[in-house]
Amino acid sequence: MSKKLDNKLQNLMENSLGKKVKRRGFLKTLVTDSAATVVPVKTASAFSFEKFFQKHYKELSAEQKKKVFARITKEQKDKFGVDIKILDPNPLDGVKYAYALNLSTCNGSRKCVTACAEENNIPAEIGSYIKVLEMPIGTMNPEKGTLFYEGKQVPKDGKYYLPVQCNHCDNSPCTKVCPVEATWKEKDGIVVVDYDWCIGCRYCQAACPYEARHFNFKEPTIDVSKLNTQQSYLSNRVRPKGVMEKCTFCLQRSRNGQYPACLEACPTGARKFGNILDPKSEINQIFKKKRVFVLKEELNTMPQFFYYFD
Amino acid sequence: MITYFEFLKSMLLSVFKGSKIYFKWIGILLFITFAGLVSYIQQLDQGLVVTNLTDEVSWGAYIANFTFLVGVAAAAVLLVIPAYVYKNKAVKEVVLIGEILAFCAIVMCLLFIMVDMGRPDRFWHVIPFLGRLNFPQSILAWDVIVLNGYLVLNMHIPGYLLYKYYMGQKPTTKYYLPFVFISIFWAVSIHTVTAFLYSGLGGRGFWNSAILAPRFLVSAFAAGPLLLMVVFFAINKWYPNFRVKEEVFTLLKKIATFAFPLNLFLLFCEVFKEFYTDSVHVASAEYLFFGLHGNHMLVPYMWMAVFCSVGTAVVFLVPKFRDNKKILIPTCFVGFIGIWIEKGMGLIIPGFIPSPLGSIVEYTPSVNEIFVCLGIWSFGALLFTVMAKTALGILSGKIRHTN
Repeated sequence: MSKKLDNKLQNLMENSLGKKVKRRGFLKTLVTDSAATVVPVKTASAFSFEKFFQKHYKELSAEQKKKVFARITKEQKDKFGVDIKILDPNPLDGVKYAYALNLSTCNGSRKCVTACAEENNIPAEIGSYIKVLEMPIGTMNPEKGTLFYEGKQVPKDGKYYLPVQCNHCDNSPCTKVCPVEATWKEKDGIVVVDYDWCIGCRYCQAACPYEARHFNFKEPTIDVSKLNTQQSYLSNRVRPKGVMEKCTFCLQRSRNGQYPACLEACPTGARKFGNILDPKSEINQIFKKKRVFVLKEELNTMPQFFYYFD
Repeated sequence: MITYFEFLKSMLLSVFKGSKIYFKWIGILLFITFAGLVSYIQQLDQGLVVTNLTDEVSWGAYIANFTFLVGVAAAAVLLVIPAYVYKNKAVKEVVLIGEILAFCAIVMCLLFIMVDMGRPDRFWHVIPFLGRLNFPQSILAWDVIVLNGYLVLNMHIPGYLLYKYYMGQKPTTKYYLPFVFISIFWAVSIHTVTAFLYSGLGGRGFWNSAILAPRFLVSAFAAGPLLLMVVFFAINKWYPNFRVKEEVFTLLKKIATFAFPLNLFLLFCEVFKEFYTDSVHVASAEYLFFGLHGNHMLVPYMWMAVFCSVGTAVVFLVPKFRDNKKILIPTCFVGFIGIWIEKGMGLIIPGFIPSPLGSIVEYTPSVNEIFVCLGIWSFGALLFTVMAKTALGILSGKIRHTN
């Protein structure tokens, strides 16, 4: 029964994708019930020697990387019937990314939340890498806020909105505690995870004071119709079961000179991103001219995600 | 070499000989272990989604049991020190049982870690040089080293001594005594490192406490004697060829008499610090003892743990009670459960509640999780039973090398 359904869906997907519609356009044209297109990913393919003994990302040679990317491409083709591209953009010299968020203008619309999920192929059970807290006026303590605010009308009186995502800390507790170096800080400041090396112990999740890490408790449920086919090895590719994932400042975009998806989706322009080392960059100017602050400064994690009011 | 194989063979054979009660016990344990295994296969297939763990409470029953069992393993030192440092003869007769208990506890710890991993197939990533062990940065990397080291120590010492006894030879001191002394420090290290796993996290105020390691050690020295006493009572009752001397019980009772009130004192120190300071970090302790914003899943358990510990302390402090076997044996179970709750779920879960961003997500283990836990516990009991039985066979002279 379910197999039949799977085949049907696969045919549907292949037919639709045969027309080579663009992703965004495709999204709009495909107005079928989204629940029907959600395909629970089948259990990963049988044991493969190569996959089992795959080395850590940093130890892979260019040749080996090619093979790994080819394997991932094939796996996704088999699973979803979709041709994807695995990219591996490297950190740029003289670039260190930082983020700033203007709390005076953020209106709590949570457009960033959904944009993040779509860009990064985040399974439904994880939701998004961004959490927006509705905060009562008079406190800066995130523990006082609530994630569950409803109603279309935002902002509400007496509230302000505090979006939280990975702070890409310079003194990151998560990378420090990882027993196998499966997560580390790249030289452009982005904290990444090698999904093929993570052992799923969840120690980083316990260590993170910003709830920025999310665990795949099961094989991720991917809505194939929304699959972003432009994927990067260290960021938005579809994750395996049992590993950690997190915000990567959309490195598949940012390292190619684009803004992260959350920034582009923001209707109020509250989000600012760029190279903090470049004195002319907006982020550098904000850092110098606004009175910025970070969350949980007392923990000395040295976040590279700054907040300010103006 | 050939005699060594004969040694292994005769040990193995002794496992299949025993009384009716022995086989009943083994049968029950095998059954539960099997049920645990089936549940674990379910988890392997579907992922940790079969547990009730969430992104908010990402460690639960598995890690709680792991933490507690590290304490059980460390408690072997309570027999090792009197036996080898103070050369207490009565204790020396049973010290091997303590070391075997430590060995089994570590095996259980490693199993609990294994079942907690999202990717057990990648276990080799933690093997130094072969994988990429993040040593010395990650405390979990330290834990991998100290736990496996302790496992090897507690495999070597009883293994070597039993072989020598089996051969009817005198053990060569230099082949085991240095390791015995290393194992004393090592026992302290396993529990210290395990405490540092938690206390080193600045983002979790509830765990970020300097007295966590001492608390762990003291609670291990409180729960350990209780388990050892139960084991020794069982040996005296069901194993006719070997008798654990009264002196051993006296010593263990003495240790528990000190350790239980001390453990309660340390718990009180934590409670004072949290509630008197009354900073935002009190939330976790509040959740644990009184409930937070209408969520109080752990409250009855924690108070039960406190009452168990207080009751046990009272029994041990009053000679009339502690020397009465009818009171002492149930007390051993009560005190053991008290510490198990306090330092297992009572320590791990509140660390996650409320979450760093203030969400309150409660946790209670799923049926599948409970079965996996039971499976590991009964596998540990099974391993200990057959190992202890074999060791007793050799110690009592029933299993010997025949020329």
